[in-house]
Amino acid sequence: MQGGPISQQEEHAIIAIDWIHFTPWASLTGGLLLGIAAALFILVNGRILGISGIVGALLPLRRGDTGWRIAFLVGLGAAPVTLRLLAPATLLAAPRIAADVVTIVAAGLLVGYGTRLGSGCTSGHGICGLSRLSPRSLVATACFMGAGFATVFVIRHLI
Amino acid sequence: MTRNTFLRTTECAVGLIFGWGLMLSGMTDPGKVLGFLDLAGPWDPSLAFVMGGAIAVGFAAFALARQRTGSLLGGALHLPARKDIDRPLVIGALLFGAGWGLAGFCPGPALVTMASGEPKALLFVAAMLGGMALHALTDRETPGARQAPLR
Repeated sequence: MQGGPISQQEEHAIIAIDWIHFTPWASLTGGLLLGIAAALFILVNGRILGISGIVGALLPLRRGDTGWRIAFLVGLGAAPVTLRLLAPATLLAAPRIAADVVTIVAAGLLVGYGTRLGSGCTSGHGICGLSRLSPRSLVATACFMGAGFATVFVIRHLI
Repeated sequence: MTRNTFLRTTECAVGLIFGWGLMLSGMTDPGKVLGFLDLAGPWDPSLAFVMGGAIAVGFAAFALARQRTGSLLGGALHLPARKDIDRPLVIGALLFGAGWGLAGFCPGPALVTMASGEPKALLFVAAMLGGMALHALTDRETPGARQAPLR
């Protein structure tokens, strides 16, 4: 690998690109699949594909309006084992989870409460909402992206 | 196959495709997500390609959906109708973003990674369900009021 010229350029750039981890084709392919899933869900099933809404509305544990949510989640949960069988070469080595246990719990609570309060997450607002040009989703996506950038900056570069 | 069985099968298939998409895209790797959220470090722009690919397909699909009065299977189209930008939307999204930046997990990838057998993802999902339950307990609105009205 001849990384010299690139890293020299990077020292002068405002944003240095992490070429080692950059996976444009895999990420674009994965993104297209996410879009196809969202497209099928609205056109075939008439539903918005939003994970926090699909999961969160199950929590009051009431009857009714649950079958489609559970069916979707069963499929989602079957993704790792099926991909391992069908296309093992595409699998990650292992997810890099650097956060400690306390941080994981705090993050989970924030994500759970925040997505319900804000009526959506990366899928419902970020994919479906932006695809619909929904002003609510545009604001929500700007807010959670901004908060994500800010949090990582504080943790990695200020603390 | 009854209509109901067919519906449940298609919903399950959509969940499966979505899970594959999350895995292929790299969203199930918190290290990669944080590499995207870290603008000041060596920046990994991959997640912009995830969103770009997803929205390119989604945009066409929702443009089609808007011209229809029902789903392809003849059911209702549950399209959100709200347009107001209120405090809960903004505050909720900010809290979510902070949690996303802390661990690198958002709800879908956390569920898929839990299903692949990662103990830390299981812990995250348990805490996430706790946060969702907390919201359900403290939400003063009548049940179903947050659900978008059907068109």
